[in-house]
Amino acid sequence: MRTLPLVTHTSLDETVAWRKGTAISVEKFLTDVAYLAALLPHGKHVLNICRDRYHFMVGLAAAIISNKVSLLPPTHTPEMVQQLQAFSADVFCLHDNDDCDIALPQLRYPVVMPEHHSVNMTIPQIDAQQLVAIVFTSGSTGAPNPYSKSWGSLVQNVQAQSSRLGLSANINYSIIGTIPPQHMYGFESTVLLPLQSGNALSSAQPFYPADICSTLEATPSPRILVSTPLHLRLLLEAKLKLPELALVLSATAPLSTSLAHKVEASCKAPLLEIYGSTETGQIATRRTAQAMEWQLLPEVRLTQHGEHIWAEGGHVETSVPLNDIIETVDLEHFLLHGRTQDLINIAGKRSSLANLNHHLNAVEGVIDGAFFMPDEVSHDHVTRLSACVVAPSLTASTLLTALRVRIDPVFLPRPLLFVESLPRNSTGKLPRDALQKLIAGYIGQDIGSAGLKNTR
Amino acid sequence: MIENNSTLQLEVAELMVQALNLDTAVAEIDPDAPLYGDGLGLDSIDILEVALVISKRYGLQLKADSEDNHRIFSSLRNLTDYVATHKTK
Repeated sequence: MRTLPLVTHTSLDETVAWRKGTAISVEKFLTDVAYLAALLPHGKHVLNICRDRYHFMVGLAAAIISNKVSLLPPTHTPEMVQQLQAFSADVFCLHDNDDCDIALPQLRYPVVMPEHHSVNMTIPQIDAQQLVAIVFTSGSTGAPNPYSKSWGSLVQNVQAQSSRLGLSANINYSIIGTIPPQHMYGFESTVLLPLQSGNALSSAQPFYPADICSTLEATPSPRILVSTPLHLRLLLEAKLKLPELALVLSATAPLSTSLAHKVEASCKAPLLEIYGSTETGQIATRRTAQAMEWQLLPEVRLTQHGEHIWAEGGHVETSVPLNDIIETVDLEHFLLHGRTQDLINIAGKRSSLANLNHHLNAVEGVIDGAFFMPDEVSHDHVTRLSACVVAPSLTASTLLTALRVRIDPVFLPRPLLFVESLPRNSTGKLPRDALQKLIAGYIGQDIGSAGLKNTR
Repeated sequence: MIENNSTLQLEVAELMVQALNLDTAVAEIDPDAPLYGDGLGLDSIDILEVALVISKRYGLQLKADSEDNHRIFSSLRNLTDYVATHKTK
């Protein structure tokens, strides 16, 4: 049996996390992990929604050493929680906030952890084959699609990332993230990366630009900021004085070259974009200010099968088709030309038109309905969905309330247009340009006119 | 609410409606209804966009300081009070 350590830090005194200005050693971390592991219920599956990134990491590690599987769904709506329970009846929720409303058996992260350190503590070794996480995409018919992640593949993935980023083994970096640890990108780059590259995470999840700045200031140098095009643009527009950074990472959506140049100039650090997906994990990087081409991680390869490009090799255990339009340049490099049309990605939350339409049409009172994704105005701004519905018995607010239970709020349509019928063709299909024309016609009208109820 | 905050409240509501292209009339926003989630229906992305406009207009930086990120946006009244307390212009 091949085993891999839970943390790659070489001494128990090294720092694995920064929390409210205090360093947390590997020893303290392992003590917390053992304490929490003893509290975990019998269920095999954990929905870990801890907001504090350190709590999340302890929850993940406690699950791993107890041979439990962490579930990472794309959203936490009541509908998704039900789906998780249908997937694994024994799932329980680990959380760290007092008003958790997840409808599952709950375990509150301990408010106080014991100070006691056990003697002869050693770093746990984990079977490389052990299933440690199941990550879900939203699927096309309402039920989420599961993707299993073994410890070995996750470790291989973030270690390839660490060497690509050039993280030197004898420097202890602080890793600060503006994205939640429950998102695949945050899971890899803000939790697994520090654990498996001898570095330290920051427990905070700063929200406003000023919070990002103060979190950076409170965390020792050298610092890596793990963020998104949205957060980076707002951070720059806030014109705050940024503390010294060693590296900036961005993912979830492509960054424009102009924003990449601005980020590098303001942060005085290289900005690397990461390309990946829930199914594959991260598979490529690029330094956007210098090249448009993406460079695959070592051993990962792209191959064409039929219409799709598939990723395989390296940490990608079974070949996976990619949902993007990709032009391969050579064995190691490729260009990205946008998403295949059905796929929706809003601020890192992913769904498909098929899935969203399924949920819209499942709402009682909706006779027909369709979502529409307008053309993107700019890479660095978030584009929102519109929707047209035939639902004479519903008001906008009842329909939105019903949708909110089923889909992540970022996908809620704006505007939501009530129409008499959808321009379906003779085969029942709804051509995109017909829908676009219909919406343009309505938006051009006086908003207050009869027959048109709006989102808010 | 402090008397002269009512002008500020209208102004803040107006900024929000403009920044997000809302179809809601300023006068229709219930000052005590949640802005985030149910109610006006803003999400985290909207809040960050509005925060940017507000910080530029009033010369302040919004801070959640590890509290609930959306607390300042729990209602128009709370947001207005926050602006009134922290504004520098």
